[in-house]
Amino acid sequence: MSDSKPSARETAAFAGLVKADLRPDAPAATKIGVRGLRKRFAVKGRPVDALAGIDLDIRTGEFFCVVGPSGCGKTTLLRILAGLDTQTAGDIRVSRDQPVQASNPQTSAERPLNAMIFQEQSIFPWMNVRDNVAFGLKARGIPRNERYRIVEPYVRKVGLEGFADALPHQLSGGMKQRVSIARAFANDPEILLMDEPFAALDEQTKLILQTELIRIWEETRKTVVYVTHSIDEAIVLSDRIMVMSARPGRIKEIIDVADVFARPRLVETVKSSPQYGEVFGRVWALLRDEVVGRPEQLLSHVR
Amino acid sequence: MRNTTVDRKHRTHILTHWFSRSNRDRLLSVLSPMLLLVLWEISARANWIDTRFFPAPTEVFRAAGVMVKTGELWTNLSVSLVRIGIGFVLGAVPGILIGLAMGLFGTVRAIIQPLVDGTFPIPKIAILPLIMMIFGIGEESKYVVIAVAVIYLVLINTAAGVRNIEQIYLDVGKNYHAGKLMMFTDVAFPGALPMIVTGLKLGMGVALLVIVAAEFVGARSGIGYLIWSSWETFQVEHMYVGLLVSALLGFASAILLNILEYVIIPWKRR
Repeated sequence: MSDSKPSARETAAFAGLVKADLRPDAPAATKIGVRGLRKRFAVKGRPVDALAGIDLDIRTGEFFCVVGPSGCGKTTLLRILAGLDTQTAGDIRVSRDQPVQASNPQTSAERPLNAMIFQEQSIFPWMNVRDNVAFGLKARGIPRNERYRIVEPYVRKVGLEGFADALPHQLSGGMKQRVSIARAFANDPEILLMDEPFAALDEQTKLILQTELIRIWEETRKTVVYVTHSIDEAIVLSDRIMVMSARPGRIKEIIDVADVFARPRLVETVKSSPQYGEVFGRVWALLRDEVVGRPEQLLSHVR
Repeated sequence: MRNTTVDRKHRTHILTHWFSRSNRDRLLSVLSPMLLLVLWEISARANWIDTRFFPAPTEVFRAAGVMVKTGELWTNLSVSLVRIGIGFVLGAVPGILIGLAMGLFGTVRAIIQPLVDGTFPIPKIAILPLIMMIFGIGEESKYVVIAVAVIYLVLINTAAGVRNIEQIYLDVGKNYHAGKLMMFTDVAFPGALPMIVTGLKLGMGVALLVIVAAEFVGARSGIGYLIWSSWETFQVEHMYVGLLVSALLGFASAILLNILEYVIIPWKRR
């Protein structure tokens, strides 16, 4: 558990990843390169390592899921990627997309690098749905008429047509999360960061939103980093699943499921396929060691 | 057979509903003050109580009618209304602005907080002599003493409102790279609005308290003056009219602020 060098396992995982990238049919470009990322918090004056050396390459246009036991630092990783927290050590390199040619130079405000979708209620209660979705566009200085025009199809895409003027307190939990998703997509970020966005929803709503997220993502093919504690959700959504160890967070293994479950995907097709059980077993075997082997993990909940 | 059973059940239901606790309580709440007034009236007419101190309610209403006709009531009420209105705005506007700045910027908080903490405990009416010394005994001193009373409550609540905005909203603003101005207008101000309105309500309560007290000693007009001078000249009915009007004033201002709250904070409606 020394702070200085990545463990053998991390190096191995990283080597495996590099090898995988050399496959002839592999998507070539790396979108996010993470090297030696560490995060140390002070908890009651004592240093606690949340992340202990993460080396990772996330490819352009892939749906990348992170699963791990509670307190393994997966949300911390996401918040660092979002620029909401700063790392203690390590590098994050993001390769920018080619600048998009804007038809109207007045509105050519730079495309944002990322947008985060939070687990908890994060849409502003004092703005209607339309203004919430347009928040990022307003921050980029796009004039009102233009941003309302841009927002309209996204409001429709998440199934909220007719609710554009509604205030959040008039919406259900699932609808609020749809607003949050529309807000992120409407801002057209290069990377979407999602922190257990459906964790607080009931099972049926969750299934519906997962289905819709897959559909919207397959249309746009943005790079997504998706944190979840649900193995099932990770398998259904992702191209690759990164399993993290308990605190301090390290990469245990990265499992490629892009070829196992073809796209376009349907939640029910994935879940009923024989490979589903196989992948589930594999991920759970990796996670079980972390949860069962360290009973204190059942009690601690430090991000 | 079956139908009658249902009917009886239904009737019972209506009866229990009609006499349900909430309705009964509502009825009692209306009856109790009316009963008190009737008892008062009877006691006064029967001379069971000293009518020099407790004139019959009908006498008070008659006096009020006369004062409305002569314009005496309206003159005093309008003077107090203007003082409260101007003083309230003079206190509330800077209170909101300074409070927002204190909530958002640690430097401003570090400078202002000790001044607030040090002077807040002083009863506001206690500085009226000082204010009259500085601003004279005219209208300005009334505006200022109300403004001073209002500004503390608005400022303290506004700053707390900004500080208590949920972290998630600030994170969203940061994640979408909202500029300073937008954080102010689109996140901090609306986020703090419920607490700002709470500050305004508390400020209004104190403003009524302070204006009446200030008019007792330092004025030739106003509701406070009406109450005080009626006592000095022993026109007890007029004093009661003054009390009645100040109660209505408090009632009306509370309703106005509740309407304001309802309109500008639709997301907190219940």
